[in-house]
Amino acid sequence: MTDSSYAFVQTETAERLPPPGRTTGVIFWLRNNLFSSLSNTILTIVVGLFLLWLVPLLYQFLIGHAVFSGTADDCRVADVGACWIFIANRINFITYGFYPQTEYWRPNVVFWVGLVLVVPLVWSKAPFKIANAALFFILYPIAAFVLLSGGVFGLEQIPTEKWGGLMVTLILSVVGVVGSFPIGVVLALGRRSNLPIVKTFSILFIELWRAVPLITVLFMVSVMLPLFMPEGVTIDKLLRALVGVTVFYGAYMAEVVRGGLQALPRGQYEAASALGLNYWKSMTFIILPQALKYVIPGIVGTLISLVKDTSLVSIIGIFDLLNAIQSAGSDSAWSTPTKSITGYAFAIGIFFVLCFSLSRYSVYMENRLNTGHKR
Amino acid sequence: MAAENAGRLAPPRTFFLNDPVIRGYFYQGLLIAIVLGLFFWLGANAIQNLTAQGKSLGFEFLKNTAGFDVSFSLIPYDRASSYLDVFYVGLLNTLLVSLISIFLATILGFFLGIARLSTNWLVAKVAAVYVEVTRNIPLLLQLFIWYFAVLKVMPAVKQSHSLGDVIFINQRGVFIPSPIFDDKFVWVLVALVLAIVAVAMLVVWARRRLAATGQRFPVFLTSVAILVILPGAVWLLSGTNVGLDIPKLGGFNFKGGIDLPPELLALIFGLTIYTATFIGEIVRSGIQAVSKGQTEAAAALGLKENDRLRLVIVPQAMRVIIPPLTSEYLSLTKNSSLGAAIAFPELVSIFEGTALNQAGRAIEIVGMTMAVYLTFSLLTSLIMNIYNSRVALVER
Repeated sequence: MTDSSYAFVQTETAERLPPPGRTTGVIFWLRNNLFSSLSNTILTIVVGLFLLWLVPLLYQFLIGHAVFSGTADDCRVADVGACWIFIANRINFITYGFYPQTEYWRPNVVFWVGLVLVVPLVWSKAPFKIANAALFFILYPIAAFVLLSGGVFGLEQIPTEKWGGLMVTLILSVVGVVGSFPIGVVLALGRRSNLPIVKTFSILFIELWRAVPLITVLFMVSVMLPLFMPEGVTIDKLLRALVGVTVFYGAYMAEVVRGGLQALPRGQYEAASALGLNYWKSMTFIILPQALKYVIPGIVGTLISLVKDTSLVSIIGIFDLLNAIQSAGSDSAWSTPTKSITGYAFAIGIFFVLCFSLSRYSVYMENRLNTGHKR
Repeated sequence: MAAENAGRLAPPRTFFLNDPVIRGYFYQGLLIAIVLGLFFWLGANAIQNLTAQGKSLGFEFLKNTAGFDVSFSLIPYDRASSYLDVFYVGLLNTLLVSLISIFLATILGFFLGIARLSTNWLVAKVAAVYVEVTRNIPLLLQLFIWYFAVLKVMPAVKQSHSLGDVIFINQRGVFIPSPIFDDKFVWVLVALVLAIVAVAMLVVWARRRLAATGQRFPVFLTSVAILVILPGAVWLLSGTNVGLDIPKLGGFNFKGGIDLPPELLALIFGLTIYTATFIGEIVRSGIQAVSKGQTEAAAALGLKENDRLRLVIVPQAMRVIIPPLTSEYLSLTKNSSLGAAIAFPELVSIFEGTALNQAGRAIEIVGMTMAVYLTFSLLTSLIMNIYNSRVALVER
C-alpha cells in the first residue's frame, strides 16, 4: 500500500558524506582555538598584535638594551633599558639594609639554616617531621634572633633599626606566616565555642581587626601603643610591626579556618565525641586535620596577602625590601633615567617568586592531601 | 528487674573540677578577668603617660586650626580650616577614590573573568598571565610604579603632552576640559529625569504585559530611544549652550578645566588594576559554579541564548559572585589607605598622618580613623546579610 500523502520518498542511497575534518593536529587546533568564528578571529588578531608590541618591548627593556656591566654613565645613554648594574652595585643594601658589612655572615647563616630546616618540613616525604618541626618552630627562632641581634657570646649587638632590605621582608613574612596560623586556629575555635563569653570575645576580636586597614594597625602600633605602655618601657619598632602584622593576619586566618570547621559534616564531631575523645583531642586528631585540608587554598591565599602586605611597613619607616630599593634609588650618583623602574622590576621579581611559589605549593599540597572525599 | 533500670540514669557523679559546666564558668571567668585586667593596665598606663606629658583626652582639638595645605580637596579648604575639616576632606577623598576604583575595577574584573573562560586560547592565556602576575605583586609596589615611574616622569608643565590641545598630561597630572553649563541646561536635566522615570514605567509595563499576554516588547531599544531623544530634543529646542573650559597654560601651571593630580590617578590605576584581578577570579569561579546542566535545561525549555544567560545562568552565578565581590569592594576601600604612601590626601594620609603629627592626639585620631573603617565594614556586612537572605537558596 502506498501512502500518497508523502511528498518525497528517498528511493536510492544518498551520496556519501565526506569524512569529518581533522580533529587532531596543528591546523585543527588553530581553527578550533583561535579562529573558530569571525569575532574570535578578530580578537586573536588584536591580542596577537598587542603581544607583538609588548613582548619585544619587555625584552628590549629587560635584556636587549639593558646594562649588565660598566658604570652609572653607561646607564645615561639614550634609549637605555634596565640598569641592572645599579642593582648589582646596591645589592648589599637591598639585601641587608644598614646591617654592618663585617657581620653579613650572620643573616646568611640564619637564611641558609632556615632553608635547610624548611625544605624537609614542606616536602611531605622527608622523615623526622616532629623533630624537624620542633627545631624550626622553637629552637630556630630563638637562635636566629640571638644571632641576628647579637649582644651575647661576644657578638656585636646590632639594633633592629639597622636591619633592612630583603632580610626584614623575609623575617616579617616568615614570622607572620608562622605566627598568624596558630592565632587564627585558636580564634576560629573560640568563635565556634559553646561558651558564650569566649565566643563573643573571639567575634569582637576578629571583626575589629578585619574591619580596619593594615596601615591604620601599623600606625596604631607605632604611635598609639607607646602611650599604653608603662613609663620607660619601649618596645622595639620592628617587633611592634611584627606583632601588628601577625595579629592582623591571625584574624583573617581565623575566618578561613572557620570556613573549614563549618564545612566539616556534623557527624565527624559526633563520632569524635562517641569515641570518648575530649575537646582538645577531638580537635587535634579528628576535626582540625580535616578542616584545615578543606581550606588550604584559603590559607595560602591569606599567606600570600601577608607576604605582599609586609611591604606596608615601609610606610611607618621600617627599611624593608621596597623601602630599601626606594631609598637606594634616591642616591644622586645613580640618577639615571631607568634606575627606579629597574629597582621596581627587581622587587617585582622577588615578590613574584615568593608569592607564586607559595601558590604552586598550595596546589601541590591540595593534590597530595586529596583523599578523594572532595565532591 | 529490668524495669528498675529503665528509668532515667542519674548523671554520673564526677569530681566537681571535672564537670564541664563548672569548667566552662571557670575558663570564661578567667578570660574576663584577663581581658579586663589588660584593659585596666593599659588604661592606667595611658592616663599616667598623658598626665606626665600634660595632655588630656578629648575632641576639642578638632576645632583648632590645622594650618597645613591639602593638595586635593572636594570641599573648600585652606590653612585656616580646622582639624575637623581635615577629617572631612580625607573622608571624602577616600570615598571618591574608592567609588571610582570600584566602578572601574568591576568593569575590568568582569571583563577579565569572562576572558579567562574564553574559548579563544590566546585571550584566555593572556588574561591568565595578567591575573597571575598582577595579583602576586604587592599593591604598594604597583602604586609606586604608577606614581614614581610612570606619572612623575611625565614632562614638565611647559613641555606637556597634549591630546588635540584639549587634554594635557604633565608632571602635575592630567588636565581635562570641564563643561560649562548655562542657565537653560537645567531643563535638559529635568528632561533626563523625566526620561528615566518614563523608562522605569515602561519596564514595569512591559513586564506585566509579558506576564499577562506572553508578548514581548523591545524594552531596551525603546529605552535608549527615550533616553536620547527626550533630553536631546529639549537641548535643541531650548537653545542651551554648553561650552568647554579648556585648560590653558598660564604662568607655571595650567588654569581652567579639571586637574587630576598624579597621586589621584596613580591610586585609581593601582587600585583598579590590582582589585580587578581578584574580581576576575571571583567572576570566573561564579560562572564555573553554575553547572552545565542548567544551560542545557534552559535550552531544553526553549529559551533563547540571551534569555538563557539573563534568566538562568547569570542569576545563579550572581549568587556565588556577590558575597566575595562585596568583600573585595570593602578591601579596596581599606586599600585606598595606601594613598598615604604616595601622598594622596585621603583619610589615613592627612588625618592619621599629618594631623596626628601636628596635634599629637594619637588615641583620638587613631580611634576616629578606625571607627570610620569599622562603619564601612559594618555597613557592608549589613547590606550583605540583607542581600544574602534575599537570594539564598530556598531548600525544602
